Amino acid sequence: MAKTLFEKIWDSHVVKEGDGRSLLYVDRHLVHEVTSPQAFDGLRMNKRKVRRTDLTFATMDHNVPTSNRSLPILDQTSATQIKALERNCKEFGIELFDINSPNQGIVHVIGPELGITLPGTTIVCGDSHTSTHGAFGALAFGIGTSDVEHVLATQCIWMEKPKTFEIRVEGKRKNPHAITAKDIILSIIRQIGTAGGTGTTFEYRGEAISELSMEQRMTICNMSIEGGARAGLVAPDEKTFDYLKGRRYIPKNYDKLVEYWRENMKTDSNARFDKSFTLHADVIAPQVSWGTNPAMTVDVTGRVPFPEEYAKGNPEEEKAATKALQYMGLKSGTLITDIELDRVFIGSCTNSRLEDLTEAAKIVKGNKVSSKVRAMIVPGSQHVKKQAEELGLDRIFKDAGFEWRESGCSMCLGMNPDILSAGERCASTSNRNFEGRQGSGGRTHLVSPVMAAAAAIRGHFIDVRELDLN
Amino acid sequence: MEPFIKIKSIATPLDKVNVDTDQIIPKQFLKLVQKTGFGQYLFYDWRYEKDGSAKKDFVLNDPRYRDSKILLARNNFGCGSSREHAAWALLDFGFRTVLSTSFADIFYNNCFKNGILPIKVNEQVLQKLFESRSEIEIDLEKQTITNDGVVISFDIEPHWKKILLEGLDDIALTLQYNNEISKYENAQSNSSLRVS
Repeated sequence: MAKTLFEKIWDSHVVKEGDGRSLLYVDRHLVHEVTSPQAFDGLRMNKRKVRRTDLTFATMDHNVPTSNRSLPILDQTSATQIKALERNCKEFGIELFDINSPNQGIVHVIGPELGITLPGTTIVCGDSHTSTHGAFGALAFGIGTSDVEHVLATQCIWMEKPKTFEIRVEGKRKNPHAITAKDIILSIIRQIGTAGGTGTTFEYRGEAISELSMEQRMTICNMSIEGGARAGLVAPDEKTFDYLKGRRYIPKNYDKLVEYWRENMKTDSNARFDKSFTLHADVIAPQVSWGTNPAMTVDVTGRVPFPEEYAKGNPEEEKAATKALQYMGLKSGTLITDIELDRVFIGSCTNSRLEDLTEAAKIVKGNKVSSKVRAMIVPGSQHVKKQAEELGLDRIFKDAGFEWRESGCSMCLGMNPDILSAGERCASTSNRNFEGRQGSGGRTHLVSPVMAAAAAIRGHFIDVRELDLN
Repeated sequence: MEPFIKIKSIATPLDKVNVDTDQIIPKQFLKLVQKTGFGQYLFYDWRYEKDGSAKKDFVLNDPRYRDSKILLARNNFGCGSSREHAAWALLDFGFRTVLSTSFADIFYNNCFKNGILPIKVNEQVLQKLFESRSEIEIDLEKQTITNDGVVISFDIEPHWKKILLEGLDDIALTLQYNNEISKYENAQSNSSLRVS
């Protein structure tokens, strides 16, 4: 029978069929400090062990400071959580990339970077952006802490089989330096809505997906959860295999695996999806979110919408839009390019990789950050930071007035000291513009790295297509 | 886990779509290393003023709903972050069930794992419950919602029903299949296509 890529991975990981759900084997389990302490406590309470320490990897990313790492962590509760992860990894025998490790970084940046992420595998982590790893053709999804404990103890997870949802992105982007992977995924979410993918797994297909680099595919898969889908996949191809080749944790039989993946890890030509949506890449403009969820997004050439215009006849959505405008301190009808910023954040598991920084640096080079703006760059990992420094990107950013910081989740969710103050407005390359996400009362506009960089220089949003980016 | 059999209480109406887990439990409260004590932080930014006083117009501060065990929510409740702290906070505050037209997948799963029953109902039923001022009874065994003498049935996946009714430990259940897991592992490690 013809199968989709998702169905092939699913079927090859079923250990046991249950009552309306399946027990799936987990090939890789990534652990971080925020969603794991209660899981380890559960193991201890029930005298259970970690079943496969060789398939479990841990790092600390959510609440690590991004300032000088040689100084003690001032926030005692953060320090406690970080200490707890160290203690738990030691006690249970799990490999940990700690705060001083050259491999430390955001869990979804380091997984691929170290070759832990592989095509055709199942990957879980107590973090909803685990969908990122789907860029390699892995079935990767976020889980809660109870399931973290379950996977630690059994290396398996119970799942109800999601439906399949094909997201086709046809054609080519007109200006690939200005219109990025971030703009593609925001355009998708804007159209299908934040619950559009609930109960499904996305597979991104089409010419505009194939032409993306691995890092750009990660940006797309990362935000699958913002469209409601726990996982989003891209079929692996030569770019995938080249990206992973030679990385530290790839298995010894890598070449043999590549042969197999090349032939098998794709959707059969006559396979059927339960749902399908098509986007045309040639009409996409740079995107800017105006509201308090990622579907509340418009083109940079547009205006802040009127609630009834956004809601299209849905009274609940209209109410939500009214409340969002109030929270964001925006008036309907305002040109997006008239919105002035206080802060700029380039970072997060969505957009903190080397390519993101390289593209942003092209805009920043030779310019100065607007005097009204405080701007920071938080590389996704220590490896990204080091590579960027070797290319001299840190100098470009620092000369322009950006803060150049240590790796971590940082202001994407503000669990560390990097937060917005109430009322501050931020152009952010992260994934969520929820109320208070970046700091209580803070106002987040989701954009691509080049849009954020340009906004930092000008002090307000501009259409980056007007700049020469080549 | 405390079993879920039957509950009866007044329902707290939270009239807002797309409520994300960042609202249910803001990030500054994710640093605790235990599962209890999150109830005081539930919906923190909506519930309290800057000075820590209760916001009068927020439904959780309305004394009529003080003993409520049922939360009425709108579409796509629990979207965003996977933080199970959201379920822990609802439970710790006293909620044992949430009714909505739809839930985000990870949150939905997290509820069951903590003895909270999330129930999906259609728009008309939800609207009626929002408009009702009287107590609602939820009977999991019979799969019914009773309000103002009207009985509505709801669907639930059979495995979740069993786990909730009996308060079962999912890990203990899975460990019964230890042989199957070992068999899968052995086949993997003998395969030329192993990934470890």
